[in-house]
Amino acid sequence: MAQGIWIIAEQRKGDIRKISFELVSEGRRIADKIGQPLTAVLLGSNIKEKASELGKYGVDNVIVADDDRLATYTTDAYVSVVSQMAKEKEPAIILLGASVQGKDLSGRLAARLETTVAQDSVEFSIENNKLVAKRPIYAGKAYATITFKDNTTQIATARPNVFELNEPDDSRSFDIIDGEFSLDDSQLKTKVIDVIQEATGKADLTEAERIVSGGRGMKGPENYKVLDELADLINATVGASRSAVDAGWRPHSDQVGQTGKVVSPNLYIACGISGAIQHLAGMGTSKIIVAINKDPEAPIFQKADYGVVGDLFDVIPALTEEVKKVL
Amino acid sequence: MNIIVCLKQVPDTETQISIAADGKSISTDNIKWVMNPYDEYAVEEALQIREKFGGEVTIVGVGPKRVTESIRTALAMGADKGILVDDPAIAGGDSLGTARVLNAVIKDLDYDIILCGKQGVDDDYGIVGSMLAEFLDIPQISIAVKLDISEDGSKVTVNREVEGGTFVIEAPLPALVTAQKGLNEPRYASLPGIMKAKKKPLDVKTIADLGLDAGSVGEAGAKIEIKEITLPKPRQAGKMVEGETPQEKAANLAKFLHEEAKVL
Repeated sequence: MAQGIWIIAEQRKGDIRKISFELVSEGRRIADKIGQPLTAVLLGSNIKEKASELGKYGVDNVIVADDDRLATYTTDAYVSVVSQMAKEKEPAIILLGASVQGKDLSGRLAARLETTVAQDSVEFSIENNKLVAKRPIYAGKAYATITFKDNTTQIATARPNVFELNEPDDSRSFDIIDGEFSLDDSQLKTKVIDVIQEATGKADLTEAERIVSGGRGMKGPENYKVLDELADLINATVGASRSAVDAGWRPHSDQVGQTGKVVSPNLYIACGISGAIQHLAGMGTSKIIVAINKDPEAPIFQKADYGVVGDLFDVIPALTEEVKKVL
Repeated sequence: MNIIVCLKQVPDTETQISIAADGKSISTDNIKWVMNPYDEYAVEEALQIREKFGGEVTIVGVGPKRVTESIRTALAMGADKGILVDDPAIAGGDSLGTARVLNAVIKDLDYDIILCGKQGVDDDYGIVGSMLAEFLDIPQISIAVKLDISEDGSKVTVNREVEGGTFVIEAPLPALVTAQKGLNEPRYASLPGIMKAKKKPLDVKTIADLGLDAGSVGEAGAKIEIKEITLPKPRQAGKMVEGETPQEKAANLAKFLHEEAKVL
Protein backbone atom coordinates (compact mmCIF):
# COMPACT_ATOMS: atom_id res chain seq x y z
CA MET A 1 0.00 0.00 0.00
CA ALA A 2 1.55 3.29 -1.10
CA GLN A 3 2.56 5.41 1.88
CA GLY A 4 4.20 8.69 2.56
CA ILE A 5 4.77 11.98 0.85
CA TRP A 6 7.96 12.80 -1.00
CA ILE A 7 9.18 16.17 -2.08
CA ILE A 8 11.94 16.35 -4.66
CA ALA A 9 14.28 19.16 -3.60
CA GLU A 10 15.99 21.28 -6.19
CA GLN A 11 19.54 22.56 -5.98
CA ARG A 12 21.74 24.48 -8.32
CA LYS A 13 25.50 24.52 -7.82
CA GLY A 14 24.93 22.92 -4.42
CA ASP A 15 22.58 25.65 -3.16
CA ILE A 16 19.08 24.51 -2.36
CA ARG A 17 16.52 26.63 -4.22
CA LYS A 18 13.68 28.35 -2.34
CA ILE A 19 10.98 26.27 -4.03
CA SER A 20 12.32 23.26 -2.09
CA PHE A 21 11.47 24.92 1.23
CA GLU A 22 8.03 25.82 -0.09
CA LEU A 23 7.54 22.14 -0.99
CA VAL A 24 8.63 20.97 2.47
CA SER A 25 6.30 23.48 4.12
CA GLU A 26 3.25 22.47 2.08
CA GLY A 27 4.30 18.82 2.24
CA ARG A 28 4.34 19.05 6.02
CA ARG A 29 0.79 20.40 6.05
CA ILE A 30 -0.39 17.55 3.79
CA ALA A 31 1.54 14.92 5.77
CA ASP A 32 -0.05 16.09 9.01
CA LYS A 33 -3.53 15.93 7.44
CA ILE A 34 -3.17 12.31 6.36
CA GLY A 35 -0.91 11.17 9.17
CA GLN A 36 1.90 9.94 6.94
CA PRO A 37 5.61 10.74 6.96
CA LEU A 38 7.20 13.48 4.87
CA THR A 39 10.45 12.72 3.08
CA ALA A 40 12.63 15.12 1.14
CA VAL A 41 14.68 13.61 -1.67
CA LEU A 42 17.89 15.53 -2.26
CA LEU A 43 19.94 14.77 -5.37
CA GLY A 44 23.39 16.25 -5.96
CA SER A 45 27.08 15.76 -5.42
CA ASN A 46 28.67 16.22 -1.98
CA ILE A 47 25.25 17.43 -0.96
CA LYS A 48 24.62 15.57 2.30
CA GLU A 49 25.43 18.50 4.60
CA LYS A 50 22.64 20.51 2.98
CA ALA A 51 20.05 18.04 4.23
CA SER A 52 19.66 19.99 7.45
CA GLU A 53 18.49 23.05 5.52
CA LEU A 54 15.48 21.02 4.44
CA GLY A 55 15.08 19.49 7.88
CA LYS A 56 14.53 22.94 9.44
CA TYR A 57 11.22 23.32 7.60
CA GLY A 58 9.73 20.08 8.90
CA VAL A 59 10.62 16.77 7.21
CA ASP A 60 10.63 13.38 8.91
CA ASN A 61 13.56 12.22 6.81
CA VAL A 62 15.81 13.19 3.95
CA ILE A 63 16.90 10.65 1.36
CA VAL A 64 20.22 11.82 -0.03
CA ALA A 65 21.16 10.61 -3.51
CA ASP A 66 24.78 11.61 -3.83
CA ASP A 67 26.73 11.05 -7.05
CA ASP A 68 28.87 13.33 -9.17
CA ARG A 69 26.57 12.58 -12.10
CA LEU A 70 23.78 14.29 -10.14
CA ALA A 71 25.66 17.56 -9.54
CA THR A 72 23.83 19.33 -12.37
CA TYR A 73 20.29 18.36 -13.34
CA THR A 74 19.84 16.13 -16.34
CA THR A 75 16.52 14.50 -17.14
CA ASP A 76 18.06 11.06 -17.63
CA ALA A 77 20.00 10.86 -14.37
CA TYR A 78 17.32 12.38 -12.16
CA VAL A 79 14.41 10.40 -13.60
CA SER A 80 16.43 7.20 -13.25
CA VAL A 81 17.33 7.78 -9.61
CA VAL A 82 13.93 9.07 -8.48
CA SER A 83 11.95 6.37 -10.29
CA GLN A 84 14.16 3.57 -8.96
CA MET A 85 13.72 4.76 -5.42
CA ALA A 86 10.00 5.45 -5.89
CA LYS A 87 9.37 1.97 -7.29
CA GLU A 88 11.09 0.51 -4.26
CA LYS A 89 9.57 2.66 -1.53
CA GLU A 90 6.19 3.42 -3.15
CA PRO A 91 5.33 6.92 -1.87
CA ALA A 92 1.65 7.82 -2.20
CA ILE A 93 2.37 11.41 -3.23
CA ILE A 94 5.40 12.97 -4.94
CA LEU A 95 5.66 16.77 -5.04
CA LEU A 96 8.11 18.71 -7.19
CA GLY A 97 8.48 22.42 -7.90
CA ALA A 98 6.78 23.75 -11.04
CA SER A 99 10.14 25.20 -11.98
CA VAL A 100 11.82 24.54 -15.31
CA GLN A 101 13.58 21.51 -13.79
CA GLY A 102 10.52 20.25 -11.94
CA LYS A 103 8.25 20.45 -14.96
CA ASP A 104 10.84 18.71 -17.12
CA LEU A 105 11.31 15.90 -14.61
CA SER A 106 7.67 15.45 -13.58
CA GLY A 107 6.33 14.35 -16.98
CA ARG A 108 9.03 11.77 -17.65
CA LEU A 109 8.86 10.46 -14.08
CA ALA A 110 5.09 10.13 -14.34
CA ALA A 111 5.30 8.24 -17.63
CA ARG A 112 7.87 5.89 -16.13
CA LEU A 113 5.56 5.25 -13.18
CA GLU A 114 2.49 5.04 -15.47
CA THR A 115 0.72 7.99 -13.97
CA THR A 116 0.34 11.68 -14.74
CA VAL A 117 1.03 15.05 -13.08
CA ALA A 118 -1.11 17.78 -11.51
CA GLN A 119 1.20 20.33 -13.09
CA ASP A 120 1.67 23.87 -11.72
CA SER A 121 -0.74 23.50 -8.79
CA VAL A 122 -1.58 26.52 -6.67
CA GLU A 123 -3.61 24.80 -3.97
CA PHE A 124 -3.69 21.33 -2.42
CA SER A 125 -6.25 19.63 -0.22
CA ILE A 126 -7.07 16.10 0.87
CA GLU A 127 -10.32 14.22 0.25
CA ASN A 128 -10.76 10.56 1.15
CA ASN A 129 -7.04 10.42 1.82
CA LYS A 130 -6.31 11.44 -1.77
CA LEU A 131 -4.57 14.55 -3.04
CA VAL A 132 -6.81 17.16 -4.62
CA ALA A 133 -4.99 19.79 -6.66
CA LYS A 134 -6.19 23.10 -8.04
CA ARG A 135 -4.30 24.31 -11.06
CA PRO A 136 -4.65 27.18 -13.52
CA ILE A 137 -5.62 26.46 -17.12
CA TYR A 138 -5.84 28.84 -20.10
CA ALA A 139 -3.01 30.79 -18.44
CA GLY A 140 -5.17 31.32 -15.37
CA LYS A 141 -8.39 32.35 -17.10
CA ALA A 142 -9.88 29.31 -15.34
CA TYR A 143 -8.91 26.78 -12.68
CA ALA A 144 -9.25 23.00 -12.77
CA THR A 145 -9.62 21.07 -9.53
CA ILE A 146 -8.44 17.52 -10.14
CA THR A 147 -7.78 14.34 -8.24
CA PHE A 148 -6.19 10.99 -9.03
CA LYS A 149 -8.03 7.80 -9.81
CA ASP A 150 -7.49 4.37 -8.29
CA ASN A 151 -4.15 3.73 -6.64
CA THR A 152 -2.02 5.58 -9.10
CA THR A 153 1.01 7.43 -7.72
CA GLN A 154 -0.05 11.03 -7.20
CA ILE A 155 2.51 13.38 -8.72
CA ALA A 156 2.12 17.15 -8.59
CA THR A 157 4.25 20.21 -9.18
CA ALA A 158 3.78 23.30 -7.02
CA ARG A 159 3.94 26.79 -8.52
CA PRO A 160 6.82 28.80 -7.02
CA ASN A 161 6.09 31.70 -4.67
CA VAL A 162 2.58 30.51 -3.81
CA PHE A 163 2.87 28.21 -0.79
CA GLU A 164 3.68 29.72 2.61
CA LEU A 165 6.98 28.83 4.17
CA ASN A 166 6.92 27.31 7.65
CA GLU A 167 8.99 28.91 10.38
CA PRO A 168 12.43 27.29 10.08
CA ASP A 169 13.32 25.57 13.33
CA ASP A 170 16.82 24.25 13.95
CA SER A 171 15.62 22.01 16.73
CA ARG A 172 13.45 19.86 14.47
CA SER A 173 14.83 16.34 14.27
CA PHE A 174 14.82 14.13 11.19
CA ASP A 175 16.69 11.11 9.81
CA ILE A 176 19.11 11.10 6.92
CA ILE A 177 18.92 8.07 4.67
CA ASP A 178 21.45 7.20 1.97
CA GLY A 179 19.48 6.69 -1.23
CA GLU A 180 19.94 3.37 -3.00
CA PHE A 181 20.13 3.49 -6.77
CA SER A 182 22.36 2.48 -9.63
CA LEU A 183 23.22 4.73 -12.53
CA ASP A 184 24.43 3.31 -15.79
CA ASP A 185 26.41 5.78 -17.90
CA SER A 186 24.88 4.34 -21.06
CA GLN A 187 21.45 5.58 -19.91
CA LEU A 188 22.67 9.14 -19.52
CA LYS A 189 22.23 10.51 -23.00
CA THR A 190 21.83 14.26 -22.46
CA LYS A 191 24.87 16.32 -21.49
CA VAL A 192 24.94 19.86 -20.15
CA ILE A 193 27.83 21.39 -22.04
CA ASP A 194 27.51 24.98 -20.81
CA VAL A 195 25.59 27.06 -18.29
CA ILE A 196 25.13 30.71 -19.21
CA GLN A 197 24.24 32.82 -16.23
CA GLU A 198 22.13 35.96 -16.80
CA ALA A 199 23.87 39.06 -15.52
CA THR A 200 20.99 40.65 -13.64
CA GLY A 201 21.27 38.72 -10.39
CA LYS A 202 17.55 39.27 -9.91
CA ALA A 203 15.01 36.55 -9.30
CA ASP A 204 13.45 34.94 -12.37
CA LEU A 205 10.08 36.51 -13.20
CA THR A 206 8.25 33.30 -12.30
CA GLU A 207 9.76 33.42 -8.81
CA ALA A 208 10.03 37.18 -8.22
CA GLU A 209 8.25 38.81 -5.32
CA ARG A 210 8.27 42.22 -6.99
CA ILE A 211 8.03 43.04 -10.67
CA VAL A 212 8.16 46.34 -12.57
CA SER A 213 6.93 45.81 -16.10
CA GLY A 214 6.97 48.00 -19.21
CA GLY A 215 4.73 47.89 -22.27
CA ARG A 216 4.11 49.80 -25.47
CA GLY A 217 4.08 53.06 -23.52
CA MET A 218 7.82 52.68 -22.94
CA LYS A 219 8.29 53.83 -26.55
CA GLY A 220 11.66 52.17 -27.03
CA PRO A 221 14.30 49.85 -25.55
CA GLU A 222 16.53 52.65 -24.26
CA ASN A 223 13.76 53.86 -21.93
CA TYR A 224 13.76 50.77 -19.76
CA LYS A 225 16.54 52.29 -17.69
CA VAL A 226 13.82 54.41 -16.11
CA LEU A 227 12.31 51.16 -14.77
CA ASP A 228 15.72 49.75 -13.82
CA GLU A 229 16.31 52.47 -11.25
CA LEU A 230 13.04 51.77 -9.46
CA ALA A 231 13.49 48.01 -9.84
CA ASP A 232 16.99 48.07 -8.36
CA LEU A 233 15.77 50.17 -5.44
CA ILE A 234 12.99 47.75 -4.48
CA ASN A 235 14.78 44.58 -5.64
CA ALA A 236 12.24 43.93 -8.36
CA THR A 237 12.70 42.03 -11.60
CA VAL A 238 11.87 43.92 -14.81
CA GLY A 239 9.25 42.39 -17.11
CA ALA A 240 7.62 43.36 -20.40
CA SER A 241 4.34 43.03 -22.27
CA ARG A 242 4.07 41.20 -25.58
CA SER A 243 4.02 44.53 -27.52
CA ALA A 244 7.43 45.44 -26.18
CA VAL A 245 8.85 41.98 -26.91
CA ASP A 246 7.38 41.80 -30.42
CA ALA A 247 8.82 45.27 -31.11
CA GLY A 248 12.22 43.81 -30.24
CA TRP A 249 12.72 46.11 -27.25
CA ARG A 250 13.02 43.29 -24.69
CA PRO A 251 13.91 39.58 -24.92
CA HIS A 252 11.15 37.01 -24.94
CA SER A 253 12.31 35.71 -21.57
CA ASP A 254 11.03 39.03 -20.10
CA GLN A 255 7.50 38.62 -21.47
CA VAL A 256 4.67 38.32 -18.97
CA GLY A 257 1.45 36.93 -20.35
CA GLN A 258 -0.38 33.99 -21.84
CA THR A 259 2.39 33.20 -24.32
CA GLY A 260 5.10 34.40 -21.96
CA LYS A 261 5.60 33.83 -18.27
CA VAL A 262 2.90 33.53 -15.64
CA VAL A 263 3.96 35.40 -12.51
CA SER A 264 2.67 35.62 -8.94
CA PRO A 265 4.51 38.46 -7.17
CA ASN A 266 3.40 40.42 -4.12
CA LEU A 267 3.72 43.62 -6.15
CA TYR A 268 3.32 44.13 -9.90
CA ILE A 269 3.83 47.64 -11.29
CA ALA A 270 2.57 47.89 -14.89
CA CYS A 271 3.98 50.89 -16.76
CA GLY A 272 2.55 51.90 -20.11
CA ILE A 273 0.70 48.58 -20.40
CA SER A 274 -2.88 48.76 -21.61
CA GLY A 275 -4.02 45.47 -20.09
CA ALA A 276 -4.92 43.04 -22.87
CA ILE A 277 -6.58 39.88 -21.51
CA GLN A 278 -3.54 37.81 -22.49
CA HIS A 279 -1.32 40.05 -20.36
CA LEU A 280 -3.76 39.90 -17.46
CA ALA A 281 -3.71 36.12 -17.73
CA GLY A 282 -0.03 36.26 -16.94
CA MET A 283 -0.10 38.56 -13.89
CA GLY A 284 -3.69 38.40 -12.62
CA THR A 285 -2.75 36.55 -9.41
CA SER A 286 -0.33 39.26 -8.27
CA LYS A 287 -1.16 40.28 -4.73
CA ILE A 288 -1.09 44.02 -5.49
CA ILE A 289 -1.28 45.49 -8.99
CA VAL A 290 -0.28 49.09 -9.70
CA ALA A 291 -0.98 50.56 -13.13
CA ILE A 292 0.56 53.71 -14.57
CA ASN A 293 -0.80 54.79 -17.91
CA LYS A 294 -1.51 58.02 -19.79
CA ASP A 295 -4.87 56.70 -20.98
CA PRO A 296 -7.59 56.84 -18.32
CA GLU A 297 -9.60 54.30 -20.35
CA ALA A 298 -6.86 51.67 -20.35
CA PRO A 299 -8.46 48.31 -19.42
CA ILE A 300 -5.71 47.63 -16.90
CA PHE A 301 -7.27 50.18 -14.52
CA GLN A 302 -10.22 47.78 -14.14
CA LYS A 303 -7.93 45.24 -12.53
CA ALA A 304 -5.41 47.40 -10.69
CA ASP A 305 -5.49 47.95 -6.95
CA TYR A 306 -3.90 51.37 -7.44
CA GLY A 307 -4.14 53.31 -10.69
CA VAL A 308 -2.21 56.40 -11.68
CA VAL A 309 -3.22 58.31 -14.80
CA GLY A 310 -0.08 60.04 -15.94
CA ASP A 311 3.04 59.94 -18.03
CA LEU A 312 5.21 57.10 -16.77
CA PHE A 313 8.33 59.12 -17.63
CA ASP A 314 7.22 61.65 -14.97
CA VAL A 315 5.59 59.27 -12.51
CA ILE A 316 8.23 56.52 -12.29
CA PRO A 317 11.22 58.78 -11.51
CA ALA A 318 9.04 60.63 -9.00
CA LEU A 319 7.95 57.31 -7.49
CA THR A 320 11.58 56.21 -7.22
CA GLU A 321 12.35 59.35 -5.19
CA GLU A 322 9.26 58.95 -3.00
CA VAL A 323 9.97 55.27 -2.32
CA LYS A 324 13.50 56.16 -1.18
CA LYS A 325 11.85 58.33 1.47
CA VAL A 326 9.54 55.63 2.86
CA LEU A 327 12.00 52.75 2.80
CA MET B 1 16.47 13.63 -42.21
CA ASN B 2 13.02 12.51 -41.06
CA ILE B 3 11.37 15.07 -38.84
CA ILE B 4 8.12 14.57 -36.95
CA VAL B 5 6.09 17.40 -35.45
CA CYS B 6 3.27 16.76 -32.95
CA LEU B 7 0.62 19.43 -32.85
CA LYS B 8 -2.72 20.18 -31.27
CA GLN B 9 -5.51 22.74 -31.55
CA VAL B 10 -6.46 25.19 -28.84
CA PRO B 11 -9.00 28.01 -28.53
CA ASP B 12 -7.67 31.28 -29.90
CA THR B 13 -6.08 33.30 -27.08
CA GLU B 14 -8.65 36.10 -27.49
CA THR B 15 -11.35 33.68 -26.30
CA GLN B 16 -13.31 34.60 -23.20
CA ILE B 17 -13.42 31.36 -21.27
CA SER B 18 -16.75 30.22 -19.82
CA ILE B 19 -17.68 27.08 -17.96
CA ALA B 20 -19.95 24.45 -19.52
CA ALA B 21 -23.20 23.44 -17.81
CA ASP B 22 -21.66 20.32 -16.22
CA GLY B 23 -19.13 22.48 -14.36
CA LYS B 24 -16.33 20.14 -15.40
CA SER B 25 -15.33 21.48 -18.78
CA ILE B 26 -14.96 24.65 -20.80
CA SER B 27 -17.88 25.72 -22.99
CA THR B 28 -16.91 25.20 -26.63
CA ASP B 29 -19.59 27.43 -28.15
CA ASN B 30 -18.21 30.12 -30.45
CA ILE B 31 -14.62 29.02 -30.08
CA LYS B 32 -12.22 29.77 -32.88
CA TRP B 33 -9.77 26.85 -32.96
CA VAL B 34 -6.17 27.52 -33.96
CA MET B 35 -2.88 25.65 -34.01
CA ASN B 36 -1.36 25.79 -30.52
CA PRO B 37 0.99 28.80 -30.72
CA TYR B 38 3.98 26.86 -29.38
CA ASP B 39 3.45 24.17 -32.03
CA GLU B 40 3.98 26.80 -34.73
CA TYR B 41 7.58 27.13 -33.57
CA ALA B 42 7.93 23.36 -33.79
CA VAL B 43 6.60 23.30 -37.37
CA GLU B 44 8.85 26.18 -38.43
CA GLU B 45 11.93 24.55 -36.88
CA ALA B 46 11.13 21.31 -38.68
CA LEU B 47 10.94 23.16 -42.00
CA GLN B 48 14.25 24.90 -41.35
CA ILE B 49 15.92 21.57 -40.50
CA ARG B 50 14.59 20.10 -43.74
CA GLU B 51 15.89 23.11 -45.66
CA LYS B 52 19.34 22.43 -44.27
CA PHE B 53 19.49 18.63 -44.34
CA GLY B 54 16.83 17.55 -46.82
CA GLY B 55 14.29 14.90 -45.88
CA GLU B 56 10.67 14.89 -44.89
CA VAL B 57 8.45 16.60 -42.32
CA THR B 58 5.49 14.60 -40.99
CA ILE B 59 2.81 16.25 -38.86
CA VAL B 60 1.00 14.14 -36.28
CA GLY B 61 -2.18 15.30 -34.58
CA VAL B 62 -4.65 13.63 -32.26
CA GLY B 63 -8.42 14.16 -32.99
CA PRO B 64 -11.18 15.38 -33.29
CA LYS B 65 -11.83 15.97 -36.98
CA ARG B 66 -11.33 19.77 -36.81
CA VAL B 67 -7.64 19.17 -36.04
CA THR B 68 -7.37 18.37 -39.76
CA GLU B 69 -7.44 22.12 -40.42
CA SER B 70 -4.36 22.74 -38.32
CA ILE B 71 -2.55 19.83 -39.92
CA ARG B 72 -3.40 21.36 -43.32
CA THR B 73 -2.03 24.69 -42.09
CA ALA B 74 1.25 22.98 -41.26
CA LEU B 75 1.22 21.32 -44.70
CA ALA B 76 0.57 24.74 -46.23
CA MET B 77 3.59 26.11 -44.36
CA GLY B 78 5.56 23.39 -46.15
CA ALA B 79 5.32 20.10 -44.27
CA ASP B 80 5.12 16.98 -46.45
CA LYS B 81 2.44 14.81 -44.93
CA GLY B 82 0.08 14.46 -42.04
CA ILE B 83 -1.42 11.83 -39.79
CA LEU B 84 -4.53 12.41 -37.68
CA VAL B 85 -5.76 10.00 -35.04
CA ASP B 86 -9.50 10.47 -34.75
CA ASP B 87 -11.45 8.08 -32.54
CA PRO B 88 -14.28 8.61 -30.03
CA ALA B 89 -12.33 6.50 -27.51
CA ILE B 90 -9.76 9.28 -27.19
CA ALA B 91 -12.21 11.79 -25.70
CA GLY B 92 -11.69 12.80 -22.10
CA GLY B 93 -8.11 11.58 -22.03
CA ASP B 94 -5.24 13.00 -20.03
CA SER B 95 -1.63 13.69 -21.06
CA LEU B 96 -0.64 10.06 -20.49
CA GLY B 97 -3.38 8.90 -22.88
CA THR B 98 -2.33 11.42 -25.55
CA ALA B 99 1.29 10.31 -25.24
CA ARG B 100 0.21 6.69 -25.61
CA VAL B 101 -1.64 7.50 -28.85
CA LEU B 102 1.29 9.49 -30.27
CA ASN B 103 3.65 6.68 -29.30
CA ALA B 104 1.47 4.15 -31.14
CA VAL B 105 1.72 6.24 -34.33
CA ILE B 106 5.35 7.22 -34.10
CA LYS B 107 7.08 4.08 -32.85
CA ASP B 108 6.77 2.44 -36.25
CA LEU B 109 7.92 5.49 -38.22
CA ASP B 110 11.47 6.42 -39.20
CA TYR B 111 12.52 9.60 -37.44
CA ASP B 112 15.66 11.50 -36.54
CA ILE B 113 14.07 14.23 -34.47
CA ILE B 114 10.64 14.90 -32.98
CA LEU B 115 9.51 18.46 -32.28
CA CYS B 116 6.61 19.59 -30.09
CA GLY B 117 5.50 22.89 -28.63
CA LYS B 118 6.55 23.26 -24.99
CA GLN B 119 2.93 23.23 -23.76
CA GLY B 120 -0.64 23.56 -24.94
CA VAL B 121 -2.01 26.98 -24.02
CA ASP B 122 -5.31 25.36 -23.07
CA ASP B 123 -4.49 22.86 -20.33
CA ASP B 124 -0.95 24.17 -19.75
CA TYR B 125 0.40 20.76 -18.69
CA GLY B 126 3.48 20.70 -20.89
CA ILE B 127 4.17 17.00 -20.34
CA VAL B 128 3.03 15.11 -23.44
CA GLY B 129 6.45 15.68 -25.06
CA SER B 130 8.41 14.18 -22.17
CA MET B 131 5.98 11.29 -21.81
CA LEU B 132 6.27 10.51 -25.52
CA ALA B 133 10.07 10.62 -25.27
CA GLU B 134 9.89 8.19 -22.35
CA PHE B 135 7.72 5.72 -24.27
CA LEU B 136 9.98 5.95 -27.33
CA ASP B 137 13.05 5.67 -25.06
CA ILE B 138 14.75 8.70 -26.58
CA PRO B 139 16.31 11.73 -24.86
CA GLN B 140 14.26 14.89 -24.38
CA ILE B 141 15.27 18.53 -24.21
CA SER B 142 12.49 20.94 -23.28
CA ILE B 143 12.01 24.68 -23.70
CA ALA B 144 14.40 25.19 -26.61
CA VAL B 145 15.18 28.76 -27.64
CA LYS B 146 17.96 27.71 -30.03
CA LEU B 147 18.55 24.43 -31.83
CA ASP B 148 21.44 23.20 -33.94
CA ILE B 149 21.99 19.80 -35.49
CA SER B 150 25.57 18.75 -36.10
CA GLU B 151 26.77 18.56 -39.73
CA ASP B 152 26.85 14.76 -39.61
CA GLY B 153 23.28 14.68 -38.29
CA SER B 154 24.20 12.66 -35.22
CA LYS B 155 23.43 15.07 -32.43
CA VAL B 156 21.41 18.11 -31.46
CA THR B 157 22.54 21.04 -29.31
CA VAL B 158 19.84 23.10 -27.65
CA ASN B 159 19.85 26.33 -25.65
CA ARG B 160 17.31 25.82 -22.94
CA GLU B 161 15.84 28.67 -20.93
CA VAL B 162 16.09 28.14 -17.18
CA GLU B 163 15.56 30.54 -14.27
CA GLY B 164 18.29 33.16 -14.36
CA GLY B 165 20.06 31.85 -17.43
CA THR B 166 20.47 29.26 -20.15
CA PHE B 167 21.64 25.65 -20.15
CA VAL B 168 23.30 24.42 -23.33
CA ILE B 169 22.42 20.76 -23.68
CA GLU B 170 23.55 18.17 -26.18
CA ALA B 171 21.86 14.89 -27.01
CA PRO B 172 22.37 12.19 -29.63
CA LEU B 173 19.68 11.81 -32.27
CA PRO B 174 17.00 10.54 -32.34
CA ALA B 175 15.73 12.93 -29.69
CA LEU B 176 12.63 14.95 -28.82
CA VAL B 177 12.80 18.72 -28.37
CA THR B 178 10.01 21.03 -27.19
CA ALA B 179 9.89 24.53 -28.65
CA GLN B 180 9.73 27.82 -26.78
CA LYS B 181 8.81 31.20 -28.21
CA GLY B 182 11.92 32.81 -29.61
CA LEU B 183 13.21 29.61 -31.21
CA ASN B 184 12.34 31.04 -34.63
CA GLU B 185 9.81 33.22 -36.49
CA PRO B 186 7.11 30.94 -37.92
CA ARG B 187 6.39 31.62 -41.60
CA TYR B 188 2.91 32.35 -42.90
CA ALA B 189 1.38 29.83 -45.25
CA SER B 190 1.51 31.29 -48.76
CA LEU B 191 -1.39 31.00 -51.20
CA PRO B 192 0.49 28.51 -53.41
CA GLY B 193 1.35 26.63 -50.19
CA ILE B 194 -2.30 26.44 -49.23
CA MET B 195 -3.21 25.12 -52.67
CA LYS B 196 -0.45 22.49 -52.60
CA ALA B 197 -1.47 21.42 -49.10
CA LYS B 198 -4.85 20.21 -50.33
CA LYS B 199 -3.09 17.49 -52.33
CA LYS B 200 -0.58 16.38 -49.69
CA PRO B 201 -1.31 13.03 -48.00
CA LEU B 202 -3.21 13.18 -44.72
CA ASP B 203 -3.98 9.76 -43.25
CA VAL B 204 -6.67 9.33 -40.65
CA LYS B 205 -6.26 6.48 -38.18
CA THR B 206 -8.38 4.92 -35.46
CA ILE B 207 -7.34 3.28 -32.21
CA ALA B 208 -7.93 -0.11 -33.78
CA ASP B 209 -5.62 0.78 -36.70
CA LEU B 210 -2.88 1.44 -34.16
CA GLY B 211 -3.47 -1.74 -32.19
CA LEU B 212 -4.23 0.29 -29.08
CA ASP B 213 -6.49 -0.92 -26.32
CA ALA B 214 -9.38 1.56 -25.85
CA GLY B 215 -9.01 1.12 -22.09
CA SER B 216 -5.56 2.68 -22.16
CA VAL B 217 -6.64 5.99 -23.72
CA GLY B 218 -9.39 8.57 -23.33
CA GLU B 219 -11.47 8.79 -20.21
CA ALA B 220 -11.15 5.04 -19.63
CA GLY B 221 -7.37 5.23 -19.43
CA ALA B 222 -7.10 8.56 -17.63
CA LYS B 223 -5.28 8.72 -14.30
CA ILE B 224 -6.93 11.92 -13.17
CA GLU B 225 -10.49 13.09 -12.95
CA ILE B 226 -11.72 16.63 -13.05
CA LYS B 227 -13.83 17.55 -10.04
CA GLU B 228 -14.69 21.02 -11.28
CA ILE B 229 -13.62 23.91 -13.44
CA THR B 230 -14.03 27.35 -11.90
CA LEU B 231 -13.41 30.93 -12.88
CA PRO B 232 -10.99 32.98 -10.83
CA LYS B 233 -12.41 35.51 -8.40
CA PRO B 234 -12.77 38.58 -10.57
CA ARG B 235 -10.34 41.30 -9.65
CA GLN B 236 -12.13 44.49 -8.80
CA ALA B 237 -10.80 47.88 -9.72
CA GLY B 238 -9.13 49.48 -6.72
CA LYS B 239 -8.60 53.17 -6.36
CA MET B 240 -7.26 55.84 -8.65
CA VAL B 241 -4.44 57.72 -6.96
CA GLU B 242 -5.16 61.45 -6.74
CA GLY B 243 -2.74 64.33 -7.13
CA GLU B 244 -2.30 67.63 -8.95
CA THR B 245 1.14 66.75 -10.30
CA PRO B 246 2.97 63.53 -11.13
CA GLN B 247 5.10 64.13 -8.02
CA GLU B 248 2.01 64.35 -5.82
CA LYS B 249 0.52 61.21 -7.33
CA ALA B 250 3.83 59.40 -6.84
CA ALA B 251 4.00 60.50 -3.21
CA ASN B 252 0.46 59.30 -2.53
CA LEU B 253 1.13 56.00 -4.28
CA ALA B 254 4.31 55.38 -2.31
CA LYS B 255 2.37 56.06 0.89
CA PHE B 256 -0.39 53.59 -0.09
CA LEU B 257 2.10 50.89 -1.00
CA HIS B 258 4.00 51.33 2.23
CA GLU B 259 1.21 51.93 4.76
CA GLU B 260 -1.91 50.40 3.28
CA ALA B 261 -0.84 47.56 0.99
CA LYS B 262 2.36 46.98 2.93
CA VAL B 263 4.22 45.70 -0.09
CA LEU B 264 7.03 48.23 0.17
